[in-house]
Amino acid sequence: MGENFILITGRTREQAEGLHKGKRSKAYHSATALVEMSQEDMDRLGIEEGRIVLLKTPYGQVEVPVRNGALPSGMLFIPMGPVANALIGVETGGTGMPAFKGLNVKVELT
Amino acid sequence: MRSIIENVTCTFCGCLCDDIIVEVEDSKIVRVRRVCTNGRGIFVNHDPTLRKPTVDGREVDWKEAAAETAKILSRADSPLIYGLSSTAVEAQRKAVELADRIGAIIDTTSSVCHGPSGLAMQAVGEATCTLGEVRNRADLLLFWGCNPLVSHLRHFSRYSLMPKGTLFPNGRRDRTVFVIDVRRTASAKSADHFIQVKIDSDFEVLTSLRAMVQGKEIEAETVGGVPKARLQEMAELMKTCRYGVVFFGMGLTMTRAREYNVEELFRLVTELNEYTRFSVIPMRGHGNVAGADQVLTWQSGYPFAVSFARGYPQYGPGEFSAVDLLARGEVDAALILASDPVAHFPRTASRYLERIPTIIIDPMPNLTSQSAAVVFPTACYGVDAAGTSYRMDNVPIRLRPALFSKRPTDEEVLDQIIEEVK
Amino acid sequence: MLGIINGEVYDPLNGINAQTQDIWVKEGRIVPPEVVDRERAEIIDAAGLVVMPGGVDIHSHIVGAKVNAGRKFRPEDHRHNVRKRTDLTRSGTGYTVPTTHLLGYRYAEMGYTTVMEAATAPLVARHTHEELEDTPILDKGVFITMGNNHFIMECIRDGELEKARDYVSWLLGASKGYAIKIVNPGGVENWKWGRNVSELNDEIIGFGITPRQIVTALARINKELKLPHMPHLHGINLGRSFSARTTVETIASLEGQPVHLCHLQFFSYGKQKGRLHRSAAAELARAINENPNVTVDVGQIIFGEATTMTSDGPLQHRLHLETGNKWLNKDIENETGGGIVPVLYKRNNPINAVMWRTGLELFLLIDNPWQVFLTTDHPNGGPFFCYPQVIKLLMDRDYRAEMFKGINRQGRKGALLPELDRVYSLYEIAIITRAGTARALGLKNKGHLGAGADADIAIYENLDDREKMFARPRYVLKDGVVVARDGRIVCERPGRTLYVAPPYDPKIEREIRAHFQKSYTVSFDNYPISGDQIHRGEMVPADRNHV
Repeated sequence: MGENFILITGRTREQAEGLHKGKRSKAYHSATALVEMSQEDMDRLGIEEGRIVLLKTPYGQVEVPVRNGALPSGMLFIPMGPVANALIGVETGGTGMPAFKGLNVKVELT
Repeated sequence: MRSIIENVTCTFCGCLCDDIIVEVEDSKIVRVRRVCTNGRGIFVNHDPTLRKPTVDGREVDWKEAAAETAKILSRADSPLIYGLSSTAVEAQRKAVELADRIGAIIDTTSSVCHGPSGLAMQAVGEATCTLGEVRNRADLLLFWGCNPLVSHLRHFSRYSLMPKGTLFPNGRRDRTVFVIDVRRTASAKSADHFIQVKIDSDFEVLTSLRAMVQGKEIEAETVGGVPKARLQEMAELMKTCRYGVVFFGMGLTMTRAREYNVEELFRLVTELNEYTRFSVIPMRGHGNVAGADQVLTWQSGYPFAVSFARGYPQYGPGEFSAVDLLARGEVDAALILASDPVAHFPRTASRYLERIPTIIIDPMPNLTSQSAAVVFPTACYGVDAAGTSYRMDNVPIRLRPALFSKRPTDEEVLDQIIEEVK
Repeated sequence: MLGIINGEVYDPLNGINAQTQDIWVKEGRIVPPEVVDRERAEIIDAAGLVVMPGGVDIHSHIVGAKVNAGRKFRPEDHRHNVRKRTDLTRSGTGYTVPTTHLLGYRYAEMGYTTVMEAATAPLVARHTHEELEDTPILDKGVFITMGNNHFIMECIRDGELEKARDYVSWLLGASKGYAIKIVNPGGVENWKWGRNVSELNDEIIGFGITPRQIVTALARINKELKLPHMPHLHGINLGRSFSARTTVETIASLEGQPVHLCHLQFFSYGKQKGRLHRSAAAELARAINENPNVTVDVGQIIFGEATTMTSDGPLQHRLHLETGNKWLNKDIENETGGGIVPVLYKRNNPINAVMWRTGLELFLLIDNPWQVFLTTDHPNGGPFFCYPQVIKLLMDRDYRAEMFKGINRQGRKGALLPELDRVYSLYEIAIITRAGTARALGLKNKGHLGAGADADIAIYENLDDREKMFARPRYVLKDGVVVARDGRIVCERPGRTLYVAPPYDPKIEREIRAHFQKSYTVSFDNYPISGDQIHRGEMVPADRNHV
């Protein structure tokens, strides 16, 4: 059970605004604990905005609410931060840079 | 009595906008103008509370905290100094000096940001310019794997799309804008052309563009999901513009081929200079990560991932970069300066960081300070401390503080630590 | 207090040639003997040793945005050239582009005590000063590039020389610079359009003026401002086969006004049959010999690794295309540009062979040592710590002949060099490495050992092998403190940054502010560097009456 997606992570305005309020603030948490999915994929999986999904990679898993985002089908976006980082591994291929984008992730409905 | 301080610099991102207006009353910031919503928090959420340093959660005076820090670092076999990107040059210089003196490894946030761009520049070179050249000369703009309307909010209005430049009295209308990304971002909506590339295919697209610019034929009908004709069009525009500039970000440095993506882009730009004038500028994320590169380079020869363990600088991205070191458990103490790796590193690495003795020097409490052994709550450069930061195009900007300094600066704290380790 | 006794002193600015003399030092300066309590003075017995003022380098790329880009660009330059930290000194790396501390140490160990940073764009001058703060021991100054500056070019176009002069004054003060530097006037601006200039009367795109106008205007401004140094000029056509012709024309266009032509070797070529340039050192030497107000530094190439780095954007692009080596370019808004390309000078490369002997021919054909100075245009021609090798080439005819035999045969063809018998004396070496450069720079307290001079002193063993001799002075003193002994640093201390701040009509600031609003991306108010932001800055008065 569960579908494979590709994950990218990155900056959002809410994440930037939230971090000034403190990384333990509600604003920061709600800005970084979410996953964006395309409308096409949401329809196909039969989920609406706010539905909690389980995301799994070989490095960890998180449960986050889904939000609609302008993404190609098969791609997810999570704002940079501790929630995203729970899914990302430490392999850098000798460059120092982990795979913050382009990670295979499994989505399971809760 | 309200005072108005003009020409203040916001240090949030590599734009380093230095036209911010801050109004102060009773030593408190009451109003900020021109700053974008990403940087606004630096001023309006500024907490002027004078806090004392803590050791294991216990309040101590500054000297004791420095002494404890020196103890932790001296006891360690392999200490790491990390971060640097949100502090001023004055402090960065001291951080490198400290690393040199104690034989530490020192790495900056470059390694998880534009480190690959540095590797590319070292391999193949880089044709670049300052932001004023973009504003005044660029009639073709490309944004590749970056999203300025989310990460560098005033970039379009101050430097690239909108401003009336000396050669472009009509501002936006005089320019052609491309956004190249895996998804239709906010920035894409401002572009004349949006090119959607399949994830992890930028290398193929860039190398095809290089071939097309050189007049070679591509056999494939699409590259990276982009129709050949679209790429041909792009190549033609790039060759015939007057002065083209491409900005790029994590879409290239964080995806599959990392520094090789950036190399292809740099090569493309270099080759375009045989037909017209072209430049490339990396969208540096943090306010002074460019400064961290500069300082570490002028003192050690290398921009990030430097080890002083043998008594002289050694360069090792992948070996001496922070995520790798933490992942392999190869450091046993860490001094974090102006950064929050616990928030921004992959969980395995930040978990390890939480287990070793850490010291953090930062104006604001963050996730790293939660588990730190020693916390120094210092002044904030650009708000209540003066200093210099380097913009994404490496122009040094003086920071004009709106408030008077009541707290020690990162520089002063590092000086004290250096005294203690001597 | 300190005394250097029994040494063989060479102090050309005071006419002292190999005289046995005592030098007395008090509070960082050289003083007359009566002022010193000899019982309490530390004594250095310099019997049998040669005593000279500390070296003064008139042109070297040591710090700032361009140099640091060169360091970052070339990790391969650093890996095999490392220096460990000691209790006294910081660690460092680098061969052609050493890190700041290492550079300070190596210059001092070689007996140099003052070095001029050859080119900084004012927009990034702050970076230069920050690196200077991390460059120990040496006194330094910064040349500010102005030859492609939009405000100045607009003033020239509009015939407003007074406005240009006030702007230049303001600019020197704002950037804490020491001198006016001109690099490929107009050519760097044209490169932003993909072009260049090749004649003094070529048009500069968008301004409708010429390189000739820029050079003559800045020369006039320099004179009116009484700046301590003359305008420091990297002219048009570096490296081209018609460079000698246009350089001689440039000298003529100045009609006797003082100018310093930097790294002249790179401009001393002529055309001949085939693809190889010929050395036109003789033509250049003739022009220098006929123009006593012109000084030059040679920019001698050294076989081995080099890193070319100049503000000459189009030149650097051409070098990239010719060598195929990686290329860095930086266009700087409203002011200048530049580029970096690593190169390797080889004995058996005919072009490099011609370049090598052209430099030596210049040294040997320019009659007056007060007009010709020793540089390698570090790191363009080679690293500065190869200066002793050049000294040996100038003082040792046999060594020179031997090296000449080892260079490419085609590059030797038609060479004047084997016929040039002249050798430099120690006195003349002192002129071309310290006395002459200090005088050209207008540094009244440098380059000599008379009372009142800064006590910057180098003491050498008088060895037959002149390269060994100058590579490793026995003692080097800075401000009267021994900083190096036998090639090792024994005391690390900060040096000074010398700058000028000539007066200007404050009304100009309104116009400059408007210019910033129109063309720049930084605030006018954030641009100037204040005196307290310079580490150990010292203002030098602008009061020189250039003839």
